[in-house]
Amino acid sequence: MKSFVFPEFQIIRDEEKCGQCRGCERQCAFGTHTYDPVADRLVSDDYKCVGCQRCVVFCPKDAIVVRPSPSYYRPNASWSREKLEDLKKQAETGGVILTGSGNDKPFCIYWDHIVLNASQVTNPSIDPLREPMELRTFLGAKPDVMDITFKDHEVKINTKLSPNIMVETPILFSAMSYGAISYNAFRALAMAARKSGTFFNTGEGGLPREMREEFGKYAIAQVASGRYGIDAEYLNCAAAIEIKVGQGAKPGIGGHLPGEKVSATVARTRMIPQGTDAISPAPHHDIYSIEDLSMLITALKEATNYEKPISVKIAAVHNFAAIASGIVRAGADIIAIDGLRGGTGAAPKVIRDNVGIPIELAISSLDRRLRGEGIRNRCSIIAAGGIRCSADVIKAIALGADAVYIGSAALIAMGCTLCQKCYTDKCNWGICTQDPRLSGRLNTDIASQRLSNLIAAWSHEIAEMLGGMGINALESLRGNRDHLRGVGLHEWELDVLGIKGAGE
Amino acid sequence: MPRIRRELYTKDICACSIFGAMNRDGERFNGAGVMKAIANMHVRGNGLGGGFAAYGIYPEYEDYYAIHLMFTGKNQEDKLSAKRELDAFLCQHFDVVYDEEIPHEDETTVSDPPLVWRYFALPNKKGDDALLTDEDYIVSMVMRVNTRIENAYIFSSGKNMGCFKGVGYPEEIGEYFMLDRLYRAYTWTVHGRFPTNTQAWWGGAHPFSLLDTTIVHNGEISSYGTNRWYLEMYGYACTLQTDTEVIAYAADLLMRKQKLPIEIVAKILAPPIWNAIDRMNETEKKLLTTLRMVYGPLLMNGPFAIILGQTGKMIGLTDRIRLRPLTAATRGEMFYLSSEEASIRLISPQLDRVWTPNGGEPVVSELNSMRKVLQ
Repeated sequence: MKSFVFPEFQIIRDEEKCGQCRGCERQCAFGTHTYDPVADRLVSDDYKCVGCQRCVVFCPKDAIVVRPSPSYYRPNASWSREKLEDLKKQAETGGVILTGSGNDKPFCIYWDHIVLNASQVTNPSIDPLREPMELRTFLGAKPDVMDITFKDHEVKINTKLSPNIMVETPILFSAMSYGAISYNAFRALAMAARKSGTFFNTGEGGLPREMREEFGKYAIAQVASGRYGIDAEYLNCAAAIEIKVGQGAKPGIGGHLPGEKVSATVARTRMIPQGTDAISPAPHHDIYSIEDLSMLITALKEATNYEKPISVKIAAVHNFAAIASGIVRAGADIIAIDGLRGGTGAAPKVIRDNVGIPIELAISSLDRRLRGEGIRNRCSIIAAGGIRCSADVIKAIALGADAVYIGSAALIAMGCTLCQKCYTDKCNWGICTQDPRLSGRLNTDIASQRLSNLIAAWSHEIAEMLGGMGINALESLRGNRDHLRGVGLHEWELDVLGIKGAGE
Repeated sequence: MPRIRRELYTKDICACSIFGAMNRDGERFNGAGVMKAIANMHVRGNGLGGGFAAYGIYPEYEDYYAIHLMFTGKNQEDKLSAKRELDAFLCQHFDVVYDEEIPHEDETTVSDPPLVWRYFALPNKKGDDALLTDEDYIVSMVMRVNTRIENAYIFSSGKNMGCFKGVGYPEEIGEYFMLDRLYRAYTWTVHGRFPTNTQAWWGGAHPFSLLDTTIVHNGEISSYGTNRWYLEMYGYACTLQTDTEVIAYAADLLMRKQKLPIEIVAKILAPPIWNAIDRMNETEKKLLTTLRMVYGPLLMNGPFAIILGQTGKMIGLTDRIRLRPLTAATRGEMFYLSSEEASIRLISPQLDRVWTPNGGEPVVSELNSMRKVLQ
């Protein structure tokens, strides 16, 4: 069937600059560029281009420009180009439109409507270059009361403490499974977590055996509905365990790893046959209610000798705060909430773009809910989905999060350009693919260096902003909405965020 | 979930002078000396707030809670109507043995004074409240009055102690309540205020107190929002539009309810930095790491120097990087804390020892014995 969809991108090649080195041809897994030996020139097929910019960056002569196609349908406010083209594609295939990464629709980004405070006169701002500035954070349940006894100048803590994990900076790598991302990308995250004093999350794809001893203590081991790659050793080698109930990019549905990406080693790690689609079920089939979740939490605690905090990750949906409160009461030590703009390796586009609520509102309402019930210190909150810079991190913390997960941001640090083709196994940047020819492009050492550079840069910026507010320990900013003001928001939005308008 | 309206509270910001004097033998003395000392730091305040806490002033009612209240309002009628409402409330929940207006000088000497009254009372616990300890009961009643009865504020609620405060320079407030003539205390703490952004009102002056814990505070708490939500989880309502009350409530929660000693409480309010903790021996490291982990939301961030008063105790503490001044001194049985050494020297030129406490390290002075206080 002839496709009526025209190219998304236009490739412009400067023939004067092009040296016919065929680099672009080799770089593009989608087969966009081909060499015509008769004419001794490279020919590009706009139809195949996904706009990942790999060829542009790697062209030694800077001869290529890839830009959005200037062709357009007759402008129509209701029928945007995207709506028209999605519809055409479905008419041509009869299928669900798949996509990758996060929601790209113009929902309000509340981060950009929140401004931070700074000290002037009455409270000296603190210079992080000269004074200590502390970002260390503990994730896990805290007791209400500490029972301490003194005997012969010896202090004894009688309270039995729940296990906590410690991060040197409140930024963790979000769940990205080996399978969704390449081994090199996965390993780079692990190495960067170790170097930066934080944690990476295994996602639902297990942890390759040879990585367990070396990187287990920097891993949060995910247990998802497909139960891929889970055994006792996997659970016990990790620092913490996370039950994945939902994901911001696709609340209400399970995981999707297309068979193309299930290579021999992915298959071994996940304990599934090579080349089969790894479609994890939408619900956990042993969790149909909160009491079932409570049993799974307890089972995991039993399996790990009560030595590891248990996190439960849910997508931020309409009534999630009440659910999260139940999850805390069910015994979870950490609640990870993933907002509307959270990323994914593969999801139906209609779900990604329409389900869930923005993370900013979710953090605030969850924090307030748990405070109102007096159980805020019985769990930590990790916020995920749409964290783009250090200012987003610090705003998330002031709204009530303990720490954040970064997924898309980490991928971008490694080279991702958010082309949204993660489900094709053709990632030209070597991140989201199991094709050894492509994944080999990602140098683990360099990628992990880029990741730890990112964490270091954001941590420095957080320290600068914190010092400016006259605060030298991050725990004093947690839930401290007094340091935030809203600009250009409605009254109801300010109410949900619990912040004053600027100037109020 | 019904939408909760965002709070539009105002946080008070002020710079200040603080002074404290204690006789560790329990000999009681009048307020003339501390009034002279705080007047010496006149320029650290701006006349928008001054106050005193005095311990041991009501020996004749030592077994009763001395509840100091202010009734505010635009006119006398408003104040009296608030008092009527409060009286009805007190009759139900307390056995009041004696009450009177707190004696004062001519009202024209100060600006816009509220009606200030004191009650000596015992709890009259009924129903579910009977399960509470007396102290918890008093705390819940204070919270109830301060949040529910308009124009009535309890600003002092301990036994054998009392706060006196208002808008004006502290020496003026001292004269207004005749502290140099009518009262003798073994501990006096004083505060002169320089608020920058809130309209001055009598309830907003220091000290802040709950039961017998009083706080005078110089500084700004930039962790206010965090401290506040943590305390609210334990039932402390922050109503006085200032950051200082969170210190008073934190002290109450940690010292009275959770029974932690001051040395530990100081490490919660102003903990050592992680660099220092990481270098400590295993036991200390474990203790301090646990304290920071559990009580992180009670870390008081931002510049502060406080004098915390309790029955038989006076404690000075500064923030962990010591952004506000505090000097400690002793002379015989007298123990002094002050923003400036000059004020101490003014009333006691000869001192045995004068020092500047390190940031985050509490200076604790305790009565040698309660004997004289009880006599």
